[in-house]
Amino acid sequence: MGPENEVILSIRNLTVHYYGLRGAVKAVDNVSFDVMRNEVLGIVGESGSGKSTLALAILRLLPPNSRIVSGSILYNGVDLTRLNEKEMREIRWSKISLVPQAALNALNPTMSIREHFIETARAHGIRDKSLVIEKSKELLELLRLEPRRVLSSYPHELSGGMKQRVLIALSLLLDPELLILDEPTTALDVLTQRAILDLLKDIKSKLNITMIFITHDIAVIADLADRVAVMYAGKVFEVGDVYTIFKSPYNPYTKALIRSIPSITGRVEEMKPIPGSPPDLVRPPSGCRFHPRCEERVEICSKKEPPYIMVRPGHYVLCWLYKLGG
Amino acid sequence: MSKSGTPLIEVRGLKVYFPVRKGLFGKKGIVKAVDGVDLKIFEGDIITLVGESGCGKTTLGKTIAGLLKPTEGSILFKGKDVSKLSKKEYSEYRRSIQIVHQDPYASLNPTKTVFQILSYPLIKWGLARRGSELEERVRELLTLVGLTPPEEFMRKYPHQLSGGQRQRVAIARAISVHPRLIVADEPITMIDVSLRLGILDLMLDLRKKIGTSYLFITHDFGAARYFSAKGGGRVAVMYLGKIIEMGPAEEVIQNPLHPYTKALIEAVPVPDPTISKKKRMPKLRSLDIPSPLNPPSGCKFHTRCIHYMEICSKKEPPLIEAKPGHYVACWLYEGRG
Repeated sequence: MGPENEVILSIRNLTVHYYGLRGAVKAVDNVSFDVMRNEVLGIVGESGSGKSTLALAILRLLPPNSRIVSGSILYNGVDLTRLNEKEMREIRWSKISLVPQAALNALNPTMSIREHFIETARAHGIRDKSLVIEKSKELLELLRLEPRRVLSSYPHELSGGMKQRVLIALSLLLDPELLILDEPTTALDVLTQRAILDLLKDIKSKLNITMIFITHDIAVIADLADRVAVMYAGKVFEVGDVYTIFKSPYNPYTKALIRSIPSITGRVEEMKPIPGSPPDLVRPPSGCRFHPRCEERVEICSKKEPPYIMVRPGHYVLCWLYKLGG
Repeated sequence: MSKSGTPLIEVRGLKVYFPVRKGLFGKKGIVKAVDGVDLKIFEGDIITLVGESGCGKTTLGKTIAGLLKPTEGSILFKGKDVSKLSKKEYSEYRRSIQIVHQDPYASLNPTKTVFQILSYPLIKWGLARRGSELEERVRELLTLVGLTPPEEFMRKYPHQLSGGQRQRVAIARAISVHPRLIVADEPITMIDVSLRLGILDLMLDLRKKIGTSYLFITHDFGAARYFSAKGGGRVAVMYLGKIIEMGPAEEVIQNPLHPYTKALIEAVPVPDPTISKKKRMPKLRSLDIPSPLNPPSGCKFHTRCIHYMEICSKKEPPLIEAKPGHYVACWLYEGRG
């Protein structure tokens, strides 16, 4: 394990826009947070909150109609926003690796799993096939797959859960120190989801690795994350350790989001939806973007954007209540 | 099941099989999507069918709504076999049972306005005359599903609405023809998290206002619990084409009896880190769901069940009432029925 409290990734004032017919979509807007070495940071948000855009921005894989407008992404002190494509390629997969959303379609149907591992390594300059196969066997075993059977299979011969595990193994092939997983358990059945969560817990305890885990499912976050960043409408509304976020959240959006989850635990009477709808990000609401749906809003909320307030060490909230209330 | 009188819908020994062929010249096989289901749905009932993908919950819902034909067994509408109804009775049955689908992006015609989408069934079933009556009725429907002011929504096309608003239009369309039962197949799966309970609350609210019953189909135990518990209804758990457990919502979720239900409840992540972080894969003999082409003999869960006994692979357990109102199909509870 590396030293505790060492920052591996530091995002500062990051703004990403998409350009569409109706104008610029402010998908990620002035976002700042740190990722600590060897932690699992869970990023939770509804669709359109900017969580996947953030992942793509870190890896500089944004689609052509979008752009990092401002801010920095410091990885071990290097600003990734300033690297050229060649320099970025040396970081992707070998240092920072991504398991993309809808990953079940990410495998090439005409290639065997063995070829996927060999191709991935070759693209990063590793040509020793026997070394690659040795390593992939190790990883597949770690993910509780039968290496011999799986390596000779084609994607269509594997179940959804097996494909997801193959993709996680592939993403670990070059020993990255930061793994970003975008909705890795979303399309899976309950027991398959549990199997993947267990494996990620295993990986976390066995490998020296930092994970950013992105999902809309806050229960999955409670299961796996050490710290949580809550995103809404392109902003990080609250960052803090997982126990505080769930037991005594500060931001009214975090509170409302947790209440809106139908769970098998807790009292049904206390669960309720958030009124209104998520905002249009071409013309976001003035002031705090959550104010039209917020039950605790005060006058200033619709007028001025709230600042980040540190409510306790390492716990930040974007909300006027804590500036005003002290 | 303590209710008396004629159920609105009764499912008797229902089997729905699909022929499949593996590859162009492959062997023919039969997928037993629904394989022996009995179920009574009374007026005002709320039943949630919950299970993993491939368990047959959608096929059961579609067959109840008349969109698929039983391979064996029957569906009774107000006591009469639907395959033997007169043309007029059959049409009343089809009108009385409406479906709300999972994907509100696909279920609404993108070239029609909300007004056109909602007026079509009203005209087809002769429930409103064109002109002011039709407009009034569409206004009423939009108000009922919380799309207010209705004038603002009537002229819009589906692409101008959010997922939650589209699903409300789909629900308005379903209730427009005064159905007695709405089969809601994963109606919140594609909706934003913060809006999901709003759709379920709307459905429960409509039951109070217009008295529909619901068959709610979901893979999400939390949503199953919320809907059925809040509506005072039942939860039925399906596995490989069978109902393996059924009872009052909180009873099934908090005190599951079937080893399969227990495993699922144990595995589900919950929004409480002190509980969820301790969760691990429940003990099972096998992780793989058997192929529905070749389901196990006897109890279909026996290949995975840690309580496996000899009888389990030989004889199918019947659904027995192990506790008042709480039914389970498992040999562990034999003699308690």
